Amino acid sequence: MSQAGMPAERRIATLLVIATLAALGLAGVYIAGGQPQAEGALLGIALGGIGFAIILWARGLSTEGTVTAERGPLGGEPEDEEVVEERIAEVKDEPGRRSVLKLFWAAGGALALAAVFPIRSLGPAPGRALLTTAWHPGARLVDQDGRLIRAETLQVGGTVTAFPEHAEHAADAQVVLIRVEDGALRPRPGRENWSPRGYVAYSKICPHVGCPVGLYQADRHELLCPCHQSTFDVLDGARPSFGPATRSLPQLPLAIDREGFLTAQSDFEEPVGPGFWNRD
Amino acid sequence: MTRRLFRWVDERLGASHFGRKALEKIFPDHWSFMVGEIAMYAFVILVVTGVYLTFFFVPASEEVVYEGSYEALQGTKVSVAYASSLDISFEVRSGLVMRQMHHWAALVFLAALVVHMCRVFFTGAFRRPREINWIVGVTLFVLAMMNGFFGYSLVDDLLSGTGVRVGYSIALSVPVAGEWLAFLFFGGEFPNTEFITRFYILHVLILPAAIAGLLGAHLAILWRQKHTQFKGPGRTEDNIEGSRLWPSYAAKSIGLFFIVTAVLAALGGLAQINPVWLYGPYDPSQASAATAGSQPDWYVGWLDGALRIMPGWEIRAFGYTIANPFFPGALLPGITFGMLYIWPWLERRFTKDRDPHNLLDRPRDAPVRSGLGAATLSFYVILFIAGGNDVLASLFKVAPESITNLFRALVFVVPVVAFFVTRSVCRSLARDDVHPFGGAVGSRVRRTPTGGYEEVDGEGDKPVVGAVLATAEHNPYRPPPRD
Repeated sequence: MSQAGMPAERRIATLLVIATLAALGLAGVYIAGGQPQAEGALLGIALGGIGFAIILWARGLSTEGTVTAERGPLGGEPEDEEVVEERIAEVKDEPGRRSVLKLFWAAGGALALAAVFPIRSLGPAPGRALLTTAWHPGARLVDQDGRLIRAETLQVGGTVTAFPEHAEHAADAQVVLIRVEDGALRPRPGRENWSPRGYVAYSKICPHVGCPVGLYQADRHELLCPCHQSTFDVLDGARPSFGPATRSLPQLPLAIDREGFLTAQSDFEEPVGPGFWNRD
Repeated sequence: MTRRLFRWVDERLGASHFGRKALEKIFPDHWSFMVGEIAMYAFVILVVTGVYLTFFFVPASEEVVYEGSYEALQGTKVSVAYASSLDISFEVRSGLVMRQMHHWAALVFLAALVVHMCRVFFTGAFRRPREINWIVGVTLFVLAMMNGFFGYSLVDDLLSGTGVRVGYSIALSVPVAGEWLAFLFFGGEFPNTEFITRFYILHVLILPAAIAGLLGAHLAILWRQKHTQFKGPGRTEDNIEGSRLWPSYAAKSIGLFFIVTAVLAALGGLAQINPVWLYGPYDPSQASAATAGSQPDWYVGWLDGALRIMPGWEIRAFGYTIANPFFPGALLPGITFGMLYIWPWLERRFTKDRDPHNLLDRPRDAPVRSGLGAATLSFYVILFIAGGNDVLASLFKVAPESITNLFRALVFVVPVVAFFVTRSVCRSLARDDVHPFGGAVGSRVRRTPTGGYEEVDGEGDKPVVGAVLATAEHNPYRPPPRD
């Protein structure tokens, strides 16, 4: 064991001395106020020194080397097997008890069923929570800090994340408000008056798995979801033009009230966010 | 002293019978048998560092104003969970190393589990009588993945919150029961304040306890059934060859434990992982800046890739919707783990091999199994790489659309190629019986001046690959003899 020209004992000793010094150094670093890189490196050296020392030490431990033995059978003794099977069968063979056994099953099953009910307490019923948001007719748009948005707030090409006034933390109501050139939009039938002065608002929650659709590329009029790269065409009703998203971003009908603030005409006409069984 | 202690215990518990059996137990030697041990030791480190972290982590979603020493976030409204994670990183002395060791240990744990499962698969170690341990092992893998996800989510930073959002949406997409499933598991519509406490108890108690219990069962079954071994001179189905637990095997294994821990400590100190202070707290309306170009932990990468390259299809019929994320997010893992669970029985249907096996196959001994394994692995590797389609797109300066379309094709083409290549490599290796990484084999031959061939001395004991066929008579030029 002296390939490196050093007897095994000396190499083990060297490793252990290094490990000891590293461990003491680790304690010192901690006392001195701690330093993550030094802590990790010293801990690694201390542990590694001990580990390699053990492996070197193990090499000379056993004179026996490889040994061979019979595996022996895995299955039990036939006698034991018979006794176990008989014992189990005994229970079933008492005729009077067999009918009662069924009642045990019934009682156990009923109890198991009853025990499932407390799971219901874990959350509210879905109800209409997924179908509606905090938007309502006349709700004014505010930014994340609660500042009202006026008709002249955005330049053409500008964008801001908007919420209903007094509901700035309603995550399911967030919209991305974009201003495009007047007349550039190709509104869908029935949506002709939803986007005054080039303002258009779409739900910011990706209909794929709900990431915020945050990247607006003004030159291409595209909204991009950073999570899974679904792309939406802003001018064409936020139709998905690429990626795993299957539905357009729901559009919020906008209006500008008499005082010049942006408002919602109503809630979204369809559920926002990812799809689910009872969506329609 | 040791002797007196042992006597004391033995008189009360009769430990000598088991002790003798245990110390003399034989463990076959092969480097690949070490990978499962690495997983086990990574789990030990996960528990040790995890317990330390629980002393400081506060699983609560109440909003507080951060006032710790990390200046960039001072004055920001964050959740208690996120604030306590920052405190672990900046305020608790040695806390950051513990946190990073914990995260690295999780990544190594999952990696070792995958490699260990591949070892067991490609060598046929799952065959009778070891089907139970295969099931236990697959369950361990599923639980480990889930617990990794819960742990990652607890920190409540912008990245992990996005991950929870995706998990919620996948639950929501399940047909019929999805809404109830998502509302009951996450405590209502996303985002809400319930999930952190739930994930916490799952992450620190329920799943670790299940993993520890199943790991115990895994080892007990291994102990009872004895380890498999590769074919070799003198090795049969009925014997076992290796080193005894005491002292050789135990010493080597303890040494391995120290080395695994050493590597994790060095990584934890020197290799930054999940710098949550850079991501900021979770905000459901913000993702763009931080999440663009970011990836989940590697073991979830295949799911993220599947979500990304799934075309925009979903099923809408009779007024109901089976939403798009269900297929890559729930159906794919369902099929994946379902196939893993039934594999021992599935293979048996085709091979009709019902015999118990203690001798392992080399991958070449079962070309079809190895081919299917390689195809499956390549499928998930492609999905994993597809999880970085945005990074690849910006790296190679191409449109993300092109990269995604490329992966949509590769994910089907590569596995088919992998199957046929692997199968034929296995068949040819089996025929030639050479080791693929063993270097040149065969004997060195020299051409004689007369056109014949002779073996170079001293090389004749190596196996000969193929016979040299020299059929044609060769008449080299000979200069005419001089006077």
